[in-house]
Amino acid sequence: MADIAIRNVEKSYGKTAVLHGINLEIADGEFLVILGPSGCGKSTLLRMIAGLEGITRGEIAIAGRVVNTLEPRERGCAMVFQNYALYPHMTVAENIGYALKVAGLPKAERERRVAEIARIVGLEAFLARRPSELSGGQRQRVAMGRAMIREPKVFLFDEPLSNLDAKLRVQMRLEIRRLHQRLQATSVFVTHDQIEAMSLADRIVVMNQGRIEQAGPPRLLYAEPATRFVASFLGAPAMNLLPATIVAKDRARMADGTEIALDPGRFVVEIGQAVEIGIRPEDVMIVWPGSEGAHALEVEFTEDMGSSRLIHTRLGGMEFTVLQPAAQIEAEGHLPITIPEDAIHLFDRHSGKRLERHIPVIGTAASAAA
Amino acid sequence: MDRRATFDNLWLAGALVAPQILLVIVFFYWPTMQALYWAFSTQPPFGGTNQWVGWQNFQQIFADAVYWNSVRVSIIFAALSTALSIGMALLLALMIDRQLAGHKAYRFVYFWPYAIAAPAVGLAFRFIFAPDAGFVSAINQLAPNLWNPALKGWDAMILIVIANSWKMMAYNFIFFLAALQSIPRGLIEAAAMDGSGVLRRARDIQIPLLAPTLFFLLVINITESFVDSFGIIDITTGGGPARATDLMVFKIYSDGFKGLDYSMAAAQSIVLMLLVIGLTFVQFRYVEKRVHYA
Repeated sequence: MADIAIRNVEKSYGKTAVLHGINLEIADGEFLVILGPSGCGKSTLLRMIAGLEGITRGEIAIAGRVVNTLEPRERGCAMVFQNYALYPHMTVAENIGYALKVAGLPKAERERRVAEIARIVGLEAFLARRPSELSGGQRQRVAMGRAMIREPKVFLFDEPLSNLDAKLRVQMRLEIRRLHQRLQATSVFVTHDQIEAMSLADRIVVMNQGRIEQAGPPRLLYAEPATRFVASFLGAPAMNLLPATIVAKDRARMADGTEIALDPGRFVVEIGQAVEIGIRPEDVMIVWPGSEGAHALEVEFTEDMGSSRLIHTRLGGMEFTVLQPAAQIEAEGHLPITIPEDAIHLFDRHSGKRLERHIPVIGTAASAAA
Repeated sequence: MDRRATFDNLWLAGALVAPQILLVIVFFYWPTMQALYWAFSTQPPFGGTNQWVGWQNFQQIFADAVYWNSVRVSIIFAALSTALSIGMALLLALMIDRQLAGHKAYRFVYFWPYAIAAPAVGLAFRFIFAPDAGFVSAINQLAPNLWNPALKGWDAMILIVIANSWKMMAYNFIFFLAALQSIPRGLIEAAAMDGSGVLRRARDIQIPLLAPTLFFLLVINITESFVDSFGIIDITTGGGPARATDLMVFKIYSDGFKGLDYSMAAAQSIVLMLLVIGLTFVQFRYVEKRVHYA
């Protein structure tokens, strides 16, 4: 068992606070992704778990043991670094086997395990090479192998795929997922790429400016973003966010007078409240011209993305994108659409919080771990 | 791309490089040629006619036991002071690189010794190591005459080795620190995650990656200790006792300017020059091959 408990953890560099009271429980065997823009403190949090950064306040426990004062090597974590951090003067075999050499294992045992790991990560043919003679993907594999050979309780990944090209990134993503299925070790993966987060995670934690915005399974975060920030950060193409004011229980009005219908049962709002209306581009319905309640959008241009088309338009003077299957006819001039009421996300414009009577729960960490 | 500028006017080109050529000739080639000429002739100390003697000067110094003694002590001095100054500098740089409390102040202070002129260093160490009055005289309280560089050859050697290393250590320190700081932090962190402690990381990661710097400093330190130790010796031991610290460069000075035997001094400086060239060549030829440039 290697669950991780992060309790009221804070981090400051001098007077600059970068993490404000982080609380997070990571279940044994869970694949947790910390997602956020650069500078949000996600890497700092990961490095604090690893023991590479001090903990200003609060505590971190791995497998029930508080590790605040333990050296990195005493924490049972292995880490894959963003720039791989391979030892340039050692061969691939020496890089992978270094942890075992430090641990003082006999040479024969070391060689056996290095060979085994090399087979898993597909580097058998490259064991005698130095890192400078490898491609980016191969270096990534060495870094993974080096982390795996210690059979750690916890895997930490610090944006390990961000230096790879797009195709390799998708491939390595699958390999990391496969590896996790095989080893079942608790994994914490830091990234700023929401697609990586969605595809890898059992649970995503979205961070912004040193705070956790929302934590939950990818589907929940996508379907029910708790804040405007999460809504805008998850999903590609990004969610449309339209500033508006509530004028009636069932209507919001944009600055230019465009009105958008709301389901009066779903939201707790006050007349005159400043809100932002969120609609995902794929939720917009294209209808026949003249349909009831249809908005006629002015088409600016269309991006063809192969399987789908992204239509850039304007609604109420704001940028508005619509995603439609490529099979549909090409939109030109004016595009009539409706916005399904159940597809609307409503956020308070000042606090950024989701406005809803209750947030439906699709499965929390507690139920996933049980 | 051809980076060379071409001059159609050779006279102009010649005029432009002339000042530089002149400087090199006046301050380097001319004295060297003069020394060569003196080495193959006998120079009367107070001027007058000289005589071409061919290899006789060289035959004479190579047949002289006193000369071979100075070669021997020079090699001992170079080996000891290079090892000590490089070793200490590496240790200090590794500790500063860990950024422990006060590392900025130490980094600053450690470089100062190099800014002190060699005779001043010699004077300071002569006082510190004086057997009757210096700080080290305390050990003579324990056992009389345990330490006396004025009488014991090895004590004198230790004294000049420490003084010279103290000065060179500052120079080496800056190079080591710069090299250590260019090692990506991630490598140290990765090694820490791999279970490696501070000393193990220094041995397995940092020092191997310092190899190019180490090699460079080895060449510089050996050369310096052969040709640049005069100031310290002149102030502290004066080559004594009983020629125990009569290094080659000091013997050149004392034979030439005190003994007024210009020819023998010139011949010795030619030998020293060839020795340093030879050593540097050997180091580049054989040691550099074993240095891995990451």
